[in-house]
Parts: sequence; structure tokens; C-alpha cells
Amino acid sequence: MRTGIVVFPGTWSDRDCAHALLEVLGQPARYVDYRETRLDDLDLVILPGGFSYGDYLRCGAIARFTPVVQAVTAFANRGGLVLGICNGFQILQEARLLPGALLKNASCEFRCEWVNLRVEQNDTAFTLDCRPGQVLRIPISHGEGNFFADRATLDSLEREGRIVFRYCTPDGRITAGANPNGSLANVAGISNARGNVLGMMPHPERACEPLLGGEDGLMMFRSAIRALSHPLPNPPHEGEGVTAGVA
Amino acid sequence: MYRAEVFVRLKPVVNDPAGLTIRAGLHALGFESVTEVRAGKYLVLTLNEPDEATARRQVEEMARQLLANEVIEDFRIEMHPVQDPIAVGGGA
Repeated sequence: MRTGIVVFPGTWSDRDCAHALLEVLGQPARYVDYRETRLDDLDLVILPGGFSYGDYLRCGAIARFTPVVQAVTAFANRGGLVLGICNGFQILQEARLLPGALLKNASCEFRCEWVNLRVEQNDTAFTLDCRPGQVLRIPISHGEGNFFADRATLDSLEREGRIVFRYCTPDGRITAGANPNGSLANVAGISNARGNVLGMMPHPERACEPLLGGEDGLMMFRSAIRALSHPLPNPPHEGEGVTAGVA
Repeated sequence: MYRAEVFVRLKPVVNDPAGLTIRAGLHALGFESVTEVRAGKYLVLTLNEPDEATARRQVEEMARQLLANEVIEDFRIEMHPVQDPIAVGGGA
């Protein structure tokens, strides 16, 4: 799996992603400058966490107009795998590759802690190796991760099975107490209909070694490696109500 | 030239943690009469464009594309003619 790790002015988790891919997983990876327009050599593009353009105006609002995000949009439409982590998730929403928005945490606090995520869908390219209902332990680190979508959008995400992760208790219950930021329906990560684009607030790249406190994040990268050995099907027809899988 | 004032507000259905926190602060100061606070953004743009309608259309387009995120925000625009370029930079 050849991975490109996008670096904007203000990105901060690019090296963590590179470490996980190169050192832990032994996979080829390179940094992608925000001015680049060619992604043909890549299987997976990661938009890492950070504070692109200082979070000015809104998180991800300026990054959205960079040449590389235009290229990532085309790459995603061709079926390439795209993973937006934290600020990367915010950018994918600003670019309208994923729906909804991420508001200031309900607590108004920056939350930096380990959380539990329940895998709601294992038919995305990033969750193939997980069991439905499996609980992953992965850290968050954000001030604006409070998922919001209007009622119709949230309903369609639920109906189409595009809510991939929810914040939960260690035994997998979805409770208000397990929700670190006030996200609607405890949403921590969502995918597009085709299942090749995933945005999530938690940082899987920081959960890839026991030394760092856990390695559940590896399952996501290993899933992507496996997904690449199976072609993604065409996207479902509008209103079909199912998530495209990578069976 | 025109000066555009752009007011960006969270939509009424969107929860506003900052507004709630500010309200709590006002209550702590004794301003018990405050029932709601909504925090937003205020931007001032100066445009080198002689026609007001054209300038307004441009600012509306800027607001839709970048200044506001219509998933969560509404915006309102006020246009003011600017005669003296020196006054443009002044805050008064």
C-alpha cells in the first residue's frame, strides 16, 4: 500500500502517520505537499490532524481550496482510499466529500484522552478487519469535534449505514457519559456511500504500538491494505439505502 | 469603493457551546436577565468596485464559498459606500 500523507501549513500529525506506516507497518509512504496536484502513485491519501492555516475562519475552511484537496477530490471519485483524521475530517467536510460539520466541543474544552469507539460498520475500506460491535481504544485530541448534521442528513447516514464509529463505554454501550464532545448520536467517524472515504476525530496513527498505550489503530491500516487487494464496487444508486462494501 | 460588513451566525438549530459559556459568565457577573447568547463572526471587507449591486453580489458569493459554512451558519451583509480611501483602514 503506497500512502501519501498530506502536509498543509499547520499540520501536526504527519510524522506520527509516517512513523506508523513506515516503521510499524513497514509500508511505503511519502509526504504530499499541499501544492501538489498529482496523486497517481498512491493507493491511500491521509489528511492528518493539526491546525491547517491556523484554523482561521473555520477548521479546514482554507485548506479546502488548496491544489492538493482538489486532487484528493478527484482521487476519491476515482475510488482511491482517503482517510481524514481530526483536522483532516474537518477538511473533508468543508470540501463536501463528507456531510455535516464539526462544532466546538460542548464542554468548550480541548479534549486529549483515550476514548472507546464502537465499530458500527465493517464494510468500509478501513474497518474490514474489525467485527461489527467491536470496541477500539484510540485517543482523541481536539477542541472542535462535536459532530453536527441536520436531521435529514443524520437520518440518511443512519439508514445508509455510514456511521462507522461511535463513542462508547469500554463494554460498547452508547451513553452520554462516553461522548467526549457532544457529537450528535455519539458519532466519531463517518464514511461516504462507497466506503472509500472515511473521516474520524480519533487518531489511529497514535494507537499503533503498545509502548504508546495501544495498537487498535493498526486494524484500520491493515484493513486498508486488505481492501486494496479487492476492487471497490461501483457506488450504490441514489436512495438504495445500503453502504457499498468491499466484500 | 464599498465596505461590506458580513455577519456570520450559527443557524438557530445549531447548539452554540461558546454562547452558553458566555451566558454563564454574564450570569456570574450578575446579569441575570440574559436568557440567551449566540456567538458569531463579524468580518469587514473593503472592495475596489464602483457599483454597489455588483459589490454585494461578489460578497454574497464569497460568503457562500468561504466566509460561511451553510451547513451550520447563516450570513447577513451590509454595504456602506467608502469615499475616502484613508478612512478604509481606520477602525473608527
